[in-house]
Amino acid sequence: MFKRSVLPVLTVLGVIMALWYAACIPMNSAWTIQQLERSGETMTVSEHIADTWAQERPRLPAPHQVAAELWDTTVMKKITSKKSLIYHGWITLSATLLGFGIGTTLGVLLAVGIVHSRAMDMSVMPWAIVSQTIPIIAIAPMIIVVLYSIGVQGMLPKAIISAYLSFFPVVVGMVKGLRSPDAMQLDLLRTYSANKSQSFWKLRLPASVPYLFASLKIGVAASLVGAIVGELPTGAVRGLGARLLAGSYYGQTIQIWSALFAAAILAAGLVALIGLLERVTLRRMGERP
Amino acid sequence: MIYVVGALILWGLGWMLNARLANGPRANTRAVQIAVPVIFGATILLIWELIVRGLSVPLVILPPPSMIATTFANSLPILWADFVQTFVKGALSGFVIGGVAAFLLAIVVDRYDFLRRGLLPVGNFMAALPIVGTAPILVMWFGFDWQSKAAVVVVMVFFPILVNTVAGLRDTSDMQRDLMRTYGASYGQTLFKLRLPAAMPFIFNGLKIATTLALVGAIVAEFFGSPTRGMGFRISTSVGQLALDMVWAEIVVAALAGSFFYGAIALCEKGVTFWHPSQRS
Repeated sequence: MFKRSVLPVLTVLGVIMALWYAACIPMNSAWTIQQLERSGETMTVSEHIADTWAQERPRLPAPHQVAAELWDTTVMKKITSKKSLIYHGWITLSATLLGFGIGTTLGVLLAVGIVHSRAMDMSVMPWAIVSQTIPIIAIAPMIIVVLYSIGVQGMLPKAIISAYLSFFPVVVGMVKGLRSPDAMQLDLLRTYSANKSQSFWKLRLPASVPYLFASLKIGVAASLVGAIVGELPTGAVRGLGARLLAGSYYGQTIQIWSALFAAAILAAGLVALIGLLERVTLRRMGERP
Repeated sequence: MIYVVGALILWGLGWMLNARLANGPRANTRAVQIAVPVIFGATILLIWELIVRGLSVPLVILPPPSMIATTFANSLPILWADFVQTFVKGALSGFVIGGVAAFLLAIVVDRYDFLRRGLLPVGNFMAALPIVGTAPILVMWFGFDWQSKAAVVVVMVFFPILVNTVAGLRDTSDMQRDLMRTYGASYGQTLFKLRLPAAMPFIFNGLKIATTLALVGAIVAEFFGSPTRGMGFRISTSVGQLALDMVWAEIVVAALAGSFFYGAIALCEKGVTFWHPSQRS
């Protein structure tokens, strides 16, 4: 187990770390050389390298600098503080979850409608598929500004973008899932003289659960991206996207990287949580591994 | 008010027509299958127009489709320049670089089992992350012009293509590989004659996912700084000037570019993987 799966992953991560440290040297040494020329001092090679890993505004911060910043802004700060990443993360997370909830609910409802109405299927489904090929993010700034001009601001506009991004994966996956029972199974229910709602609740819905979870994983990751991008155009001051934006304005690279890692950890946590829910649900539904 | 009533009536008519077509005897013909979504789309556009006029919705909230079409037609040179800057220079070059790099790495990864075990979980993990967040960093490194946009696109398309290609290269059965062995085929021959063709459906799946990501990456990267042209730049500045008709025109461009890009990849797929069950009619 360890040799087969953990060791290779650790090796790859180790190599990435080593490459990262190595990349810091050429990326940051220009600044060090500039400082040295200004002060007229000289440095040994090892001092020079150590300096590239410890600058205040490096072009590429070293991993330990990012880790230190992450630790400093999560554990060491009060969570109500404006400098706490947990505070900013929560702002983004709450918009993500609200949007994800709205998007999933609407998506499931539309999928049920599509499966039951042929007219709806033929009218809406092609557009739902085409909409997957459109960069929906392009609409984000407009939604924010339009809602702002009619007095809606704060969490809701971001949640709407999140909902929009998680909506279509759920529709497409759920339609596939509700259609997944084969003709034999549907025929069986017909021989039981089950009506439409019985075959929905007892066959179609349970059969769609694995598909639902697969699209929920895609949807939640998309929701988080939506919430982060939704913070960019208004120049928001709170949230992970705002941290990215502020960092890029003021050249605070360490802040950008730590916000990026916070977003990555959040995304990984959300996907893992849904994966856990999936396993628990499927086991309770009687799935055999 | 008359416009709003008209919109409601139109909605009813359009829906009735579609319901009759969809449940009618000719529902499975190709013409009806194209007509129904087209009628639905046209109805939505007409209702949008009527509602916006009927309720006199301010232009800064929602411009009517006719106005968007006029703006689109009047500012074709601007839109074209933006399209070239964002799509051709940013998205397309990044897509090609990222795709080729991911493909080559996938072949190396596939050759060494240890690498595959190590890199695949990391790649899967990376594919789920909000990679778009790297945009400010890459804009800082590569400057405001299209190079930084291409770099964002490279990072965004890399992992989906890598993961799908590696999965595809493993999609041959023992029997097939044994057959190649009995022919005395070398590694290279097995790769080019059996495993790459077998991997094509997976590779195209990755490429299709990457088409959307490429456009998203190129547009979002422009929110962090760009020269004074480009789709993302135009969207964010036009929003600032409340010129929403221009924003919508850019969105139409983005939608068209995204659909055609996807369509082109799907067409290539049809040509390359004609043998696959999903392509047979």
